[in-house]
Order: sequence, then C-alpha cells, then structure tokens
Amino acid sequence: MSYKAKFKVWRGEGGEGRLEDFTVEVNEGEVVLDIIHRLQATQAPDLAVRWNCKAGKCGSCSMEINGKPRLGCMTRMSTFEEDETITVTPMRTFPVIKDLVTDVSYNYQKAREVPSFTPPADVRPGEFRMKQVDVERSQEFRKCIECFMCNNICHVIRDHEENKPAFSGPRFLMRIAELDMHPYDVADRQETAQEEHGLGYCNITKCCTEVCPEHIKITDNALIPMKERVVDRKYDPLVWLGNKIFKRTS
Amino acid sequence: MTQTTPEAPARRQRAQVKVRTLRTDRWWLVPLVTFLGLSSFLVYGVWAIIDTSNFVEPYIAPFASPCLSTSEVCDGARLFGWAPIGDWYALPPGLLILGLPGGFRLTCYYYRKSYYRSFWLSPAACAVQEPHGKYTGETRFPLIIQNIHRYFFYFAVVIGAILTYDAVLALVHKPLGLGSWILLVNAVLILGYTFGCHSCRHITAGRLNHFSRHPLRYRAWTFVSKLNAKHQPLAWASMFSVMGADLYVRLVAKGIIAFPYA
Ligand code: SF4
Ligand code: SF4
Ligand code: FES
Ligand code: FES
Repeated sequence: MSYKAKFKVWRGEGGEGRLEDFTVEVNEGEVVLDIIHRLQATQAPDLAVRWNCKAGKCGSCSMEINGKPRLGCMTRMSTFEEDETITVTPMRTFPVIKDLVTDVSYNYQKAREVPSFTPPADVRPGEFRMKQVDVERSQEFRKCIECFMCNNICHVIRDHEENKPAFSGPRFLMRIAELDMHPYDVADRQETAQEEHGLGYCNITKCCTEVCPEHIKITDNALIPMKERVVDRKYDPLVWLGNKIFKRTS
Repeated sequence: MTQTTPEAPARRQRAQVKVRTLRTDRWWLVPLVTFLGLSSFLVYGVWAIIDTSNFVEPYIAPFASPCLSTSEVCDGARLFGWAPIGDWYALPPGLLILGLPGGFRLTCYYYRKSYYRSFWLSPAACAVQEPHGKYTGETRFPLIIQNIHRYFFYFAVVIGAILTYDAVLALVHKPLGLGSWILLVNAVLILGYTFGCHSCRHITAGRLNHFSRHPLRYRAWTFVSKLNAKHQPLAWASMFSVMGADLYVRLVAKGIIAFPYA
C-alpha cells in the first residue's frame, strides 16, 4: 500500500532558509528517515541529513517532526494521517550547518567540562569491588545514545540562547548525577553542578524526559536527586550541622 | 553521534523558524486543564478558610485539622484532648494550619512542574516557545526558596499522621458512617502522596552511594521509589480527595447532607 504524502522540509544554510513543499511516495512500514532518503534520491539530491544506524541506536538522526524532537529512523509514517502535511525541521537549539544537519558542538564542549570519573588515589584498577545495587541506579543513565534531543528541547537554552554558557543541559547534568552517585567517585560534583553547570536553571518541567528515545527518567532519577544533593550541600542547615558533628559516610 | 569536524562550515545561526511552535497536536489542553484544576483548589481553599462549619461529631474537616484552640467547636476531635493554643485565638482555624500542607504542595517538585507550565508558561508545553524574554529558573530569589521543600515534608508527615488519627477516631465512633470512610480514603491518599515525595526518597537512601552498606534504608528507598513513580497521579488524587472530604464534612455539619449513615 503506497500513497503520496505532503512534506514540508526546512532547507537552507546557516540560519537562512525556508520550508520547502514536497509530495512524495510512502510505502508500508516506512519511517520518516526513509522518506527523507527518497527525497534525496528523487527530488532534492543535495538535501543534507545526518544518519547512521537506522536502528535508533546511534543518535544521529535527531530532527523535529511536526514540531517535536524525534529520531527520524524511529518515527513510523503510520503514526500520521495520509492527508496530513508533515513538517520536518532541524533541531532548533543548535546552529544549522545545512538543511537538517545541525552543529551540535555545544554538547561536546559541555561534555568536556565535566571532569571524568575520579577514583580514590589509593584504589588501583582491578581493586574495585561494587555490588550490583550500588551501580544499578547509574546504569539507567548509560543507556543514553547521545542524540541530544533532551538538550535541544530544554527551554532553558532552546528559548534563551544567552543561557548556553551557564547551563550544561539535561544530558550533562545527568552525567554529573551518574558520577556523583558512583560508589568510587571522589570528585566534588555537587557544588559545581549548581555553580558551574547551572542545575538551578532547570525548573523540572520534564521535557527532557518526554523526548528521550531511551525512556530514561532524566528528571526524576537524575536531576531531582541531584538537586536534593545540592540542597544537602548548600542550603540545608541541619545537614550541614549533622556533617560537622558526626563524620558521615555515604 | 559523530563529532563535527573542525573543517565543517559551522555557522553560528539556528534555523530561523518564525513561529512559536510547529506542533500540530492540542498541546494547550494539558496546561489548560491543569490551570483550571489548580485554580479550583485555590478557590476552594480560600472558601474553606472562611467557612466555619468544620466539625460535626465525629468528623473534622481536613482543612481545619488539627483542632488547636478551645474557641473552636471541635471538642470531639482534639488530639488527645489537647488544645495548645488555648482560647484567645478566634480567627478561622484553617489559617493556623494550612500554611504547612499548602507550602508542601507549593514547593513539591511535581506541583512546581505543573504551575511553571500552566501558570507561568515556562514552558506551556515542550517545544512551545515561552513568552518570557529572560529566564533564570530556580537560581535566585525568590525561586531559590524552593530548596526548602524537605522541611515542609517533615511537617507533612505530621499532618498525614493527624489526618490518619482523625479518620481512625471517626471510624471508632461511627464505623458505619460514610464520612468515616471518606476520611480514611483521603488519609491513605495523602500518605501515599507524602511518602512518594522526592525529598523523602532522598532522605531514605537517595543521598547514599553505597546502597549495599545500608540494606534497610535501601529497602525503604525501593518502596518510596515505587510511590514516587506515581507521584503525579497521587498529587491529583489526594488533592481532590482532601477537597472532597473537606466539603463532605462541611455539608454534613451544615445539615445539607443528612441521612442516617452520613
Ligand atoms: S526538566 Fe530541567 S533539564 Fe529537563 S527539559 Fe525541563 S528544564 Fe530542561
Ligand atoms: S538522555 Fe536521552 S534524549 Fe538525552 S541525549 Fe541521551 S538518549 Fe538522547
Ligand atoms: S539513524 Fe541512528 S538513531 Fe536514527
Ligand atoms: S511532595 Fe512532591 S516532591 Fe515532595
């Protein structure tokens, strides 16, 4: 069963561009990325799109479909009506290189600013002993495929370009939470999460959780627990006193 | 994702899409319903503070519990016959107590999400541009005060216990009263909401990195995490149940609801 679908695709370089109309064939079982590839093969040979695995695992094909961040390769055409016009645009938060391809280097920059895993100086590789329950929590975060749709949807930077220097985005605040929860990490991450990575900008409105293709509960399991740890560290007088009086372990 | 190579002609401009959103679904429906739901709660709360028919043997309206001053007509529902405030206080009882559960909900992580979205439109829905020119989130005054939430949690545990006590007392005195069961259902939902709190989750074991060294706290955390996953539905259910129970008691007290097993 095939039909002709109406598409509007953003075309342009840098910020300049416009939505271009296409009518294109759709066959049963196809996904949006297939249609973009058909456009490339038939009507728009220079249409730029980033993709790699076509299996929802590489995180390359992030785009916005009818205004919502989605993986092009995981969005089935059968979720749309046949007479619906489907709008495909590049991720809004990052600068466009060409058409649907954005420059996501903001994310790599932010990734580099998070200090890597820091074990205690006296534990040598091979001496780590961890129970499954101790690492379970952070294993959820390691399902991340780095599609950066969470950072793209986050209104802190999506609607406020000026916040980019101060805010690392849900992806990397989650990375900080992952390391902070690690039984063998000794780096101080709570103070810096708030002061250097902008955790306080997050108002827990959960759009990152809504778009994550890996269904990671970013807000509930990483950002809010991290906010609570920051409260321990910076805002709770009782915890501060308790830590002074008793030598607490975690 | 593969990294952009240095040679890539990275322009510093986003796509200039000049509409607020390209979403085609009814994204405004959820914030609208949330706005109406929360507003109705506020309006009801104000009315419940002014209204004085908050007690009818053996029921006390949740918004007026605990009964703290002797100037209130609620002798049958005193906590162990105790009235710490004495008789000088003559303002509505709700004023004494509602600040605590009110503050608990106001600073709750879920309610924050819901009113930031529905009242402040920041953002109204995902991928819908917010109307504000500047945004600093919870980094500075006044919103930085949200970090006080755990202290409201401590009080909320006490309030949850008091509402449970009220319900048990009512059940003992009137086991066949519909009101007793309404109060009980409300108490259960309130407890479910209270113990699913993110701060509670943090206190049980969320703050630890070695669950294996603290098996009891880990078990408590596991239980709280289950409630926590239902925090949003429990927030709504307990909000409507406390309104419903409060209204029911007041209607019985006013004689508007009057049947043998009321
Ligand atoms: S929950 Fe926080 S980090 Fe996630 S999208 Fe919302 S504001 Fe951004
Ligand atoms: S956390 Fe989810 S949305 Fe964010 S980059 Fe990873 S997979 Fe993508
Ligand atoms: S192409 Fe790899 S996730 Fe879509
Ligand atoms: S009550 Fe909702 S997070 Fe604490």
